[in-house]
Amino acid sequence: MADAKTIWIVLQLREGGLHRMSREAIAAGQALAARLGARAEAVVLGAEVGDAAAEVAGFDLDAVHVAEHAALGAYTPGAYVGALAPAIRSAAPDFVVFPHTYQSVDYVARLAYEAGAAYVPEVVSFEDGEGELLFRRPVLGGKLQARVRVGGEGVAFLSVQSGAFSGDDARAGSAETRPLELGEITADREILGTETVGGDQVDLSKADVVVAVGRGIGKPENMPIVEELAATLGADIGASRPVIDNGWLPRDRQIGSSGQTVAPKLYLAIGISGAIQHLVGMKGSSTVVSINKDANAPIFTVSDYGIVGDLHEIVPALTAAIADAKG
Amino acid sequence: MRIAVCIKQVPDTEARLRVAKDGRWIEEDDLRFVINESDEYALEEALRITEAHGGDVVAVCLGPDRAKEALRKALALGCAEAVHLVDDAYQGGDAAATATALAAAVRTLEADLVLSGSQSDDVGYGSTASLLAGHLGWPHAWLVMGVEIEDGASSTKVTREMESGTNEIFRMQLPAVIEVQAGINHPRYASLKGIMKAKRKPLATPSPADLGLESAAIGAAGSRIEIVDVSFPSSGDEAEIIEGDAEAAARSLVEKLQKEARVL
Ligand SMILES: Cc1cc2nc3c(=O)[nH]c(=O)nc-3n(C[C@H](O)[C@H](O)[C@H](O)COP(=O)(O)OP(=O)(O)OC[C@H]3O[C@@H](n4cnc5c(N)ncnc54)[C@H](O)[C@@H]3O)c2cc1C
Ligand SMILES: Nc1ncnc2c1ncn2[C@@H]1O[C@H](COP(=O)(O)O)[C@@H](O)[C@H]1O
Repeated sequence: MADAKTIWIVLQLREGGLHRMSREAIAAGQALAARLGARAEAVVLGAEVGDAAAEVAGFDLDAVHVAEHAALGAYTPGAYVGALAPAIRSAAPDFVVFPHTYQSVDYVARLAYEAGAAYVPEVVSFEDGEGELLFRRPVLGGKLQARVRVGGEGVAFLSVQSGAFSGDDARAGSAETRPLELGEITADREILGTETVGGDQVDLSKADVVVAVGRGIGKPENMPIVEELAATLGADIGASRPVIDNGWLPRDRQIGSSGQTVAPKLYLAIGISGAIQHLVGMKGSSTVVSINKDANAPIFTVSDYGIVGDLHEIVPALTAAIADAKG
Repeated sequence: MRIAVCIKQVPDTEARLRVAKDGRWIEEDDLRFVINESDEYALEEALRITEAHGGDVVAVCLGPDRAKEALRKALALGCAEAVHLVDDAYQGGDAAATATALAAAVRTLEADLVLSGSQSDDVGYGSTASLLAGHLGWPHAWLVMGVEIEDGASSTKVTREMESGTNEIFRMQLPAVIEVQAGINHPRYASLKGIMKAKRKPLATPSPADLGLESAAIGAAGSRIEIVDVSFPSSGDEAEIIEGDAEAAARSLVEKLQKEARVL
């Protein structure tokens, strides 16, 4: 079949194995391939990737392309783009799927430029729009979702958002590995090291009850109502990123993709809209309660209970009701 | 040093959003527009760099007429000049088409460094500035939480955010495109004096022809990505909304947390 479509899935490794989101990308790539009747082929990059390539070869894929090069040992966009752009140009797959990790976002747009591809970031689902393939993705900080079409000629890149596809759905099978031909590739960063953010290291991961405050609090002078609620509940205080960025709470209180991950039995989200980068840090909570003046806020889609209204009225009322109940 | 800063004007995050009648985007008429959050941090970082190392900052914005207000604010904050890509042909583009136009504008500025935000709060492609770097052939970095210009301004030490509270630190050559993440600094407020001075600062509005751009390469015409429609997200398992005034709602919530969820 000369005109069969091909999908590439470019995987991210972590400590010699697959990054969690790479499994999700495989599931997404397989789903897209099934929908289009396309071949699904994976790409693995690194300095020494034997083990990871063997792991990937255990999925139901049509091939695993292995890009091994010393310059791919430590990630830099220069080396990754240098390795992938010529390969994509010559193989000309129809789609290239990436996990939407911090690493992918750093280089995939640049790769799209160099490979002449269109790029749809943060895809959460594939949809059928009257016979046409559409991609759903968050816009406006997750407050809305858009369905987009990719027109024109040439390769399309998709990066799939965390949690949109389940890694458990990645079908096992067996695939043949083959080396990817590489040209000259050079790193464009001199890596100096890493550092941990957060200072005091408050550990929220074991908290039983978390009261999380968002930008809706308005200003730091309003914080006491949240502190009183937390004290009454015996809860730890966490926050969305803007609260931290504004300096209203220290960085080690941040919950989300660039902060801490929590899984309390009760999570109260106060004046938080529910952007995906926040949700990934709290979606393991057992019971979620949200207080927000916007009935359409996406936080309500992941909450068990919600109160729509002004937090300045509701939070003190809730503190009083809890104090009463506790007697 | 001459730094170009890319700023986009977007709806205020406080804005109550409504889907437009044609379903393709939001109703914009009654919205308040502001400088994109991470771009404000980028602008502040650019001002700090030139205050420490000398030079000036040029703000560049592609957007409709209303976006002039964002540029006026950038001038009031301390930018020396502004460039507004306001022509209709520039508008409605995807990240690639926007980057094509921004690159052409940046080329005319003879900048040593481009700063931008990491992600726009409206379309949120997280791509535009990396694509711009591609046009310029400069290295880039996304999600930057620290910039240190090194000796002779030939390189910079960059701190980049990674997942779950770790940063990566590396050196890159200049010129470069640095995509700043919110929280890198604390942006200043405009002073009255700054606002007065801004009125006399240059604000250029080059046409596509001025920048040597074909209209087929920019705006909606130059885009492969098109938004078909927008809607509010749903999970099929939404929260149970508890009704009543603040006190009544609080009381019934506590009861549910005790009796149904058994978490109190
Ligand atoms: C790479 C990257 C990493 C990120 N990492 C994180 C992260 O780790 N954690 C994180 O949280 N974010 C993170 N973000 C930011 C994230 O995208 C959102 O911008 C952020 O979570 C929004 O915070 P918020 O909900 O507090 O603010 P907003 O989105 O502004 O929401 C404020 C909410 O408060 C409500 N509100 C306002 N006033 C009131 C009132 N009086 N009463 C009741 N409700 C009110 C509004 O209706 C709104 O829903 C990251 C972003 C990027 C690009
Ligand atoms: N229309 C625009 N005008 C100026 N800068 C822009 C524009 N669109 C995007 N940018 C810059 O590119 C960054 C990423 O935007 P985006 O790719 O839309 O998420 C923003 O933070 C801005 O710095």
